[in-house]
Amino acid sequence: MTLCLRLVEVGDADRLRVGGKAVALAALHRAGFRVPPSICLTTAAYEHFVAGAGLRGVIQQELGRKDLADMRWEEIWDAALRIRNRFLRAPMPSAVADELRAVLEPELGPGQLSVRSSAPGEDTGASSFAGLHDSFIGVQGPEAALDAVRRVWASLWSDRALLYRRELGLDVESSAMAVVLQALVVGECSGVAFGAHPTEPGLAVVEAVYGLNQGLVDGSVEPDRWLLARADGRLLEHVPPSSARRQLAAAGELPVEVPMPGGSEAPLDPAAVAEVATAVRRIEDVFGAAQDVEWTLRGRDLVILQARPITTAPNEGDRRAWYLSLSRSLDSLRRLRRRVEEELLPAMDREAAELAGVDPALLDDAALAREIERRRAAHDRWVDVYWQEFIPLAHGMRLFGQFYNDVMRPPDPYEFMELLAASPMLSLRRNRALAALAARVECDAGLAARLAAGEPGDDTFESGLADFLREFGGAAFADRLCFAERAPLVRLLLRFAAAPHAAEVSRSGAEREAALYAAVPPERRGLAEELLDVGRASYRLRDDDNIHLARLEALVLEAAAEGRRRLAERRADAGAFGDPGRVAAALRDPNLVAEPEPAADRQEVEPGFRPRPRQLVGQPAGPGLAIGSARIVSGVDDLFELQPGEVLVCDAVDPNMTFVVPLAAAVVERRGGMLIHGAIIAREYGLPCVTGVAGATSLLVTGDRLTVDGHLGIVTVSDAVERP
Amino acid sequence: MEQRSHMAILRELLETQLLAVLGTHHQGEPYTSLVGFAASPDLRLLYFTTGRATRKHANLAADARAAMLIDNRSNRSADFTAAAAATAVGTVEEIDEPGRAEFERVFLAKHPQLTDFVAAPSSVAMRLRVATYMVVTHFQHVVELHVAP
Repeated sequence: MTLCLRLVEVGDADRLRVGGKAVALAALHRAGFRVPPSICLTTAAYEHFVAGAGLRGVIQQELGRKDLADMRWEEIWDAALRIRNRFLRAPMPSAVADELRAVLEPELGPGQLSVRSSAPGEDTGASSFAGLHDSFIGVQGPEAALDAVRRVWASLWSDRALLYRRELGLDVESSAMAVVLQALVVGECSGVAFGAHPTEPGLAVVEAVYGLNQGLVDGSVEPDRWLLARADGRLLEHVPPSSARRQLAAAGELPVEVPMPGGSEAPLDPAAVAEVATAVRRIEDVFGAAQDVEWTLRGRDLVILQARPITTAPNEGDRRAWYLSLSRSLDSLRRLRRRVEEELLPAMDREAAELAGVDPALLDDAALAREIERRRAAHDRWVDVYWQEFIPLAHGMRLFGQFYNDVMRPPDPYEFMELLAASPMLSLRRNRALAALAARVECDAGLAARLAAGEPGDDTFESGLADFLREFGGAAFADRLCFAERAPLVRLLLRFAAAPHAAEVSRSGAEREAALYAAVPPERRGLAEELLDVGRASYRLRDDDNIHLARLEALVLEAAAEGRRRLAERRADAGAFGDPGRVAAALRDPNLVAEPEPAADRQEVEPGFRPRPRQLVGQPAGPGLAIGSARIVSGVDDLFELQPGEVLVCDAVDPNMTFVVPLAAAVVERRGGMLIHGAIIAREYGLPCVTGVAGATSLLVTGDRLTVDGHLGIVTVSDAVERP
Repeated sequence: MEQRSHMAILRELLETQLLAVLGTHHQGEPYTSLVGFAASPDLRLLYFTTGRATRKHANLAADARAAMLIDNRSNRSADFTAAAAATAVGTVEEIDEPGRAEFERVFLAKHPQLTDFVAAPSSVAMRLRVATYMVVTHFQHVVELHVAP
């Protein structure tokens, strides 16, 4: 073997070619611990693979679109997804495949395997990077093993690893990944043990679950936990899981949990806890430092799956816990979706309805000030919920996308979006209602003329408009109500009626859905259906939640507008009270001094040089090519100025402003990501879209002639308007 | 601005790079040559020197319009995204006596080994008066910097 090594062939000096995990397993094996039969695929195999497929250039291209420090997590996830897809589609060199096929069964037997990452830089005495790279459990057969190896290699460039790139010393030219393949040892119970508690050094910890410890490691199964005194191994405390019913984590590439019959008993008795703790102390002697040990108990045999140094208490500013929390299991997303859909959104709507029951115009000044603050407090509370609970739901799209790509290996890593697009979003329903009103204007020249002259329309039109405002009037963008005034909305309808505009792209995704189900083995069909269901809910709810939230914001703005109207009657500087909180304060205190608005940040320009954007690079977030004049949209007024065929350029697309998108020729956004609102709405209308364009709203100005290349993610300025 | 300012990138390129590719033409036939260069402190002028008998000198004598490419590539695949390049477009003029001292001060500070070459009677001191720089980063991110008159 040259690319594969047996554990007995691995020494401490082999870290660079087999990685930290393999070196530790080999040391445990030499010290007499029972470890699973294992082989190591060295970093030379990774080198072979990436060199053969030209993947280094691909990674550099992905990571070089802009400075990584300027990339949002969503953009880094997108880059990691594209890299992963290239790894999945790249051919496996026959030298690697042949050698692995030749040794797999003779060395590890015919059963299921664990395929684990073993990066050379990780798990040294100084650092441990648990959880940044992928491992796969329950892999059956050489072809599935080769496939899992590809995915472990790709995880060298996972979103989590990229976020932690500095600590990992991640470098496209020199970084490589080794892989440990092990026979899967299915014990009755498994767990993790810490020779020293990460934050309380006097304690040791043993955690255990029934079955495999995969669910424990990824956080989807809550373990029993024992605390022991490090000095003498005395058992100090047993903390059972908070849920009354313990769960069994079963084998499979995604955790599948089933209720554990008779799971009222803890998986370990005190004698077994002591046995695990003793083994962990002996392992500490082998390495000379306390270890984080994964183990499984089969019959009387304690098998050590891996050992690595304890990750010390995070330093201030260490965001690893947050990075790691970015992956969500199907189960947690399922729960989150139910909570958002069945509890949170209805509760938010109920609160908005209750607040809307108070008419600000009928309140005296003091009561109005209180009402503004009450509404604002409610809005702020729901904004917190938005960040804590609505935004993480976006992971439903990502989880499905990754599953889809693993199964289908499509040339376009975002093909999965076509299956999600069948979800009925509130923003699309709003746009259809607007289109229906515009269609009435379009086919009735008399109505159009009356509206253009500023007169009311006929009864049918007026009642349709009232219905629209009743349902969708509570929309706000950039601290302003979108539909507070009739005139801009009527002008917009006339523009829709007079000019061709984009229609929703009809795609049911049915064919792709059928192809997906045909490609998964029958036992995973249910999982595929569930992932798609959660993905669709995530796609829809992530757009809808903004519209629900804006209804609350609109209530704050309405009350503040009433306050501002009253202030305007009695003081000349009423316009200086922009913030609703200041309006409330001024209503209470007639002598309150207006503070000047803070000056907008000005971009520093070198004297003697006038910058002109020529070509800006972002992410290709919606395929297509369009040419049009830029319209920089930073507030409600800009929104209503958008002319048919213009390119909508903004900082961050919000679902509350996407009613103008059908008029646009393309969408350009400063905020980056493939799964963000701008990208989603552009795809719904088949418009070219480029996101993540640094300086989109500061370098471009309204009127610049743009070519938007949604295939390559490039915005070219062919004719720049004169800058002041 | 989120990314490092293009002005800062340009200044770094002009200060750290020793050589530039000079583009000229002869009756429409394009021609490029590698030249040692140095930028004036305000970045409006790019100084270089050449022999009177060279093809580039003849080309420039016939048509003073020229372009100069300055980049920091290192011939690795990472260059596609990591390298930065600036194209300067403008007109070239020979430097007469009044500007000669400033040329020598700036040019020889960067290229002291070229003292004899600069002093040779057959050499000509030249400067590209830049009208526009096009700064390229991240493979295709292009910003033009127009020099105010």
